[in-house]
Amino acid sequence: MNLQNIFSEIEKKDPEVFDKLSDRRKVMKNFTSFAGKVALASIPFAFGSMFKKAYGQTPSDIIGVLNFALTLEYLESEFYKKGVAAPNLIPAGTPAVAALNKISADETKHVAFLRSAITAAGGTPVSFTFASFDFTAGNGSQAGPFATVFTDYDLFLAVAQTFEDTGVRAYKGQAGNLMSNNDVLTAALNIHSVEARHAAHIRYMRRARQATNPGNPLYVGDIKPWITLKNSNIGSALVQASYDGEELTTQAGVNILNVGGQTFTANAASEAFDEPLTKAQVEAIVDPFII
Amino acid sequence: MSTKKLTDNGHVLMNEKSLSSVSRRKFLGYVGAGSAAIATASFISSCKDDNPSNGGVNLGSGDVGILNYAYALEQLEAAFYTKVIMSLYSGITATEQALLTDIRDHEVAHRNFFKAAITAAGATPLQDLQVDFSSINFADRTSVLGAAKAFEDLGVTAYNGAGKLITNPAYLVLAGKIVSVEARHAALIADLISNGTFADTTDTNGLDMARTPAQVLAIADTYVVTKIDASNLPTS
Repeated sequence: MNLQNIFSEIEKKDPEVFDKLSDRRKVMKNFTSFAGKVALASIPFAFGSMFKKAYGQTPSDIIGVLNFALTLEYLESEFYKKGVAAPNLIPAGTPAVAALNKISADETKHVAFLRSAITAAGGTPVSFTFASFDFTAGNGSQAGPFATVFTDYDLFLAVAQTFEDTGVRAYKGQAGNLMSNNDVLTAALNIHSVEARHAAHIRYMRRARQATNPGNPLYVGDIKPWITLKNSNIGSALVQASYDGEELTTQAGVNILNVGGQTFTANAASEAFDEPLTKAQVEAIVDPFII
Repeated sequence: MSTKKLTDNGHVLMNEKSLSSVSRRKFLGYVGAGSAAIATASFISSCKDDNPSNGGVNLGSGDVGILNYAYALEQLEAAFYTKVIMSLYSGITATEQALLTDIRDHEVAHRNFFKAAITAAGATPLQDLQVDFSSINFADRTSVLGAAKAFEDLGVTAYNGAGKLITNPAYLVLAGKIVSVEARHAALIADLISNGTFADTTDTNGLDMARTPAQVLAIADTYVVTKIDASNLPTS
């Protein structure tokens, strides 16, 4: 965070910025006393309201990205909320109960955080409820291919993995669109890595589950916390779009298979880098789940 | 100490460019952890012209400086996991060995990639860093996994904090491609230490942390012998 420099830069472009904000000394005084009292993560709200006051709005493309992220967070949040409340879904007395409640709580916090950030920046946050979604992937029929997602624990974990891995790729794909606002970019990155932590844990849970359910077709191959090639390890073509493109072994023109004169397998080279998805790709993936 | 001044509201200001690395490290030690401390450190980083040169190897400036910064961290991680796999801790399970070997391969690939990418950008990669892992007992699972967790969590916060310092969108995406893999590593290591702790790093908003290069390098300093000069890195 570089508030003084930010204001200096803005002042070069708009000498009256401080008049618009009230007076300079008051702004700085307000900010420094504020910064000492609140957690760093809350500070983007302060920026949002200051910029809104000065210019009446935050660039609409930033708000658009935040609402896109909020939509995905609602999808995840409502999914887990239903899952942890579903009777006899998560095996009682296992560590899965706490883990899935933790993930559910994180997703709910992400919804609240993004709603506040959008509102503070002068935008209108999108709103969804459980009824907005069709987690059977039936486009509203509630009888899609994942019809048993809240009664079949293995299917629930498979869909959870797909949502998390897709979320990671979605945030990654939007980072470039947030470069004009350092605080929003940093907040998005700080959510992005949490989604990756969730994805890793769901995958680790599935690895353990595979060992005790060897015949279940939802478990395929060596399930790791990271993505190998473009393998979903789920055994369903329906989730493949979330993994296509992950198999890259060349980054920025550098061949990872022999980078630095050392030899890497295609598995390792692809695992070492996660790949972004465009907004359009993500929207196509989540479309069957949103009514 | 003469280079520091306390302001009336308790913030420490640096008013000279030539803080020694020792006093800077001490200073960061005083700052400590916690949100109030983070706000203080952020405030200080916002003061202009306060980047002290410490006479160490210079990471450089601009995007190349950030790439070298990432290269330094990946060197550290790659060296650590290489040693973990060369001297496996007692009682390691087959699954742990397989997954830690994967992580080693990822980190070595990251390290080699940054060297290649910096060279491809027409710049000079940072020299090979000399590391010091004498505080880690590589025969002991708790010691190894504890250090691994520290490295992975540090890496996540470092990339999260570096994102805003990058100006080339392609490099930002590259950093994004790597940080989520580091977060996957961090989650697994946390789960190996205590199952279910994969995201215990989150704050009240469910977000991971971001750290500035100065904060990251002060923590990494325990394991790096080579003195690193980050004074030319961008700060915003």
